[in-house]
Amino acid sequence: MSTPVSPSDWRAAGRWRWPEGLLWLLAFALPALWPGHALIVNEIAIVALFAVSLDLVLGYTGIVTLGHAAFLGFGAYCAALFAKHIHPDPVLGLAVGVVAATLLGALCSLTILRGSDLTRLMVTLGVALLLLELANKLDGLTGGSDGLQGVVMGPVLGRFEFDLYGQTAAWYSLSVLLLLFALARRWVHSPWGATLMAVRDNPLRAAAIGISVPQRLAAVYTLAAGVAGAAGALLAQTTGFASLDVFALERSADAVLMLVIGGVGWLYGGVLGAVVFKLLHDLISAWTPQYWTFWMGLFLVVLMLVGRERLSPARWWRARGEGA
Amino acid sequence: MSETVLQAQGLVKRFGGITATDHVNLSLQRGARHALIGPNGAGKTTLINLLTGVLAPTEGRIALLGRDISDLPAHARVARGLVRTFQINQLFASMSPLQTLAMVVSQQRGLGGRWWQRLGQDAAVMARCEALLALFRLTEVMHQNTAALPYGKRRLLEMAIALACEPKVLLLDEPVAGVPAGEREELLHTVANLPADVSVLLIEHDMDLVFEFARRITVLVNGAVLTEGTPEQIARDPQVKAVYLGHGEELRA
Repeated sequence: MSTPVSPSDWRAAGRWRWPEGLLWLLAFALPALWPGHALIVNEIAIVALFAVSLDLVLGYTGIVTLGHAAFLGFGAYCAALFAKHIHPDPVLGLAVGVVAATLLGALCSLTILRGSDLTRLMVTLGVALLLLELANKLDGLTGGSDGLQGVVMGPVLGRFEFDLYGQTAAWYSLSVLLLLFALARRWVHSPWGATLMAVRDNPLRAAAIGISVPQRLAAVYTLAAGVAGAAGALLAQTTGFASLDVFALERSADAVLMLVIGGVGWLYGGVLGAVVFKLLHDLISAWTPQYWTFWMGLFLVVLMLVGRERLSPARWWRARGEGA
Repeated sequence: MSETVLQAQGLVKRFGGITATDHVNLSLQRGARHALIGPNGAGKTTLINLLTGVLAPTEGRIALLGRDISDLPAHARVARGLVRTFQINQLFASMSPLQTLAMVVSQQRGLGGRWWQRLGQDAAVMARCEALLALFRLTEVMHQNTAALPYGKRRLLEMAIALACEPKVLLLDEPVAGVPAGEREELLHTVANLPADVSVLLIEHDMDLVFEFARRITVLVNGAVLTEGTPEQIARDPQVKAVYLGHGEELRA
């Protein structure tokens, strides 16, 4: 009596398709084709990873935050300190940054379990400010407002030295982005990921079908913190530097902007948003260095009023069932 | 023969100076078809919220299948088989009915923590989803966005979600409220055909449905139990008639 569920449908949403493969190939080819722009590719890969991490929290689970930079910054400082004092190996340092940020995320997740969106906004903002001030005060360890300097990294996997043009850095960051993007994609298309969306859509009903809402909030916040920590570690390692601005409100706010530009609750939204945001930033500030925020602001107002749906390819992409 | 599956004893809920639930005792037998009626503001939904753990009672205990669940959070009560529907649809707007049910069935089967599998990969889960979609006549709209479904279909999905939780005790909070006449029959049909071993507590204003469905009726007035009995007893009860004065003709003897 029942119609069988057609196989070419929603379950295919999590599968990789060839246009995506091409996009990633292009991304990996850019530092070689265009060595002068390897540094910006590296930068974009890092902020894209940070935006993807925020999407898990904000887009998929609906946890409103303005303090996601807490984990970016913590990952950055931990990786930088590890490289400076313990071992210069990048992959080892990356792991240290991820583990440290994950632990911090687990601790901070206790602060976002209760309260309204406004409560969460303020609490997350507060935690990031707290860490910023701590990093400022503990100048013996962190270098305070001068930043943590003199971070010298070893070669990636003992083979690929970081070069002046940033080619190695770009490939390293892109590889980590791809790896964690694939992992995040697995998460959001799993039964577990669906329960996150249930929590976002309707926490009351989510509890009424047996989902422990606090447990889901804590789990996704912790995991996303780890991903943000990876972005932070990459930032510190590829620039050889960690400064207080990694904890700054602008970092968190920029990531929210990128998600809004690219589309929330859609992993490529973070990547797309990062690309558009960084390119706009570069283009506008090359053209009018002092007033780039004016144009960025104008772009945002137009985007929100006209509607992202009508401007971005996200809708078109999704309508064809190729959503990530 | 009859086994008590859900028992509430001395439930009290006060909001400030208002007593919304006043020393309510209620017990449901296995396979019960029990209705909870009462005028607006009698505290029916508050009682459901207390039973399911959405609200914490001021006083009183609740036992499910012989175990005290008074201190369990809502989601843990669901895991033990106490499931509800909502008077106002509580759905997952961004998901399709199929995704919703696949998620609920996965969660019910303890797969809700699986992050390495794809949703819908499990054949047993999908078979259950197909059966539920067919039962609730949602098969043709299973890929549509829930937010875009007609009201009647959303109401059916509301109930399908609850059944996907494999309830032992099901609390239905006005399941046909606001459903257009044409779609009512589908819902009534599914309510009537719920598995015989599932105990059902129905809150409903529609007296035709109540008297057709229930084998026992509890009347709630001002948060307290006025009386309880078979439909015949309730229909003849002068106290109940007094409470429903003006609606008296709705109570068929």
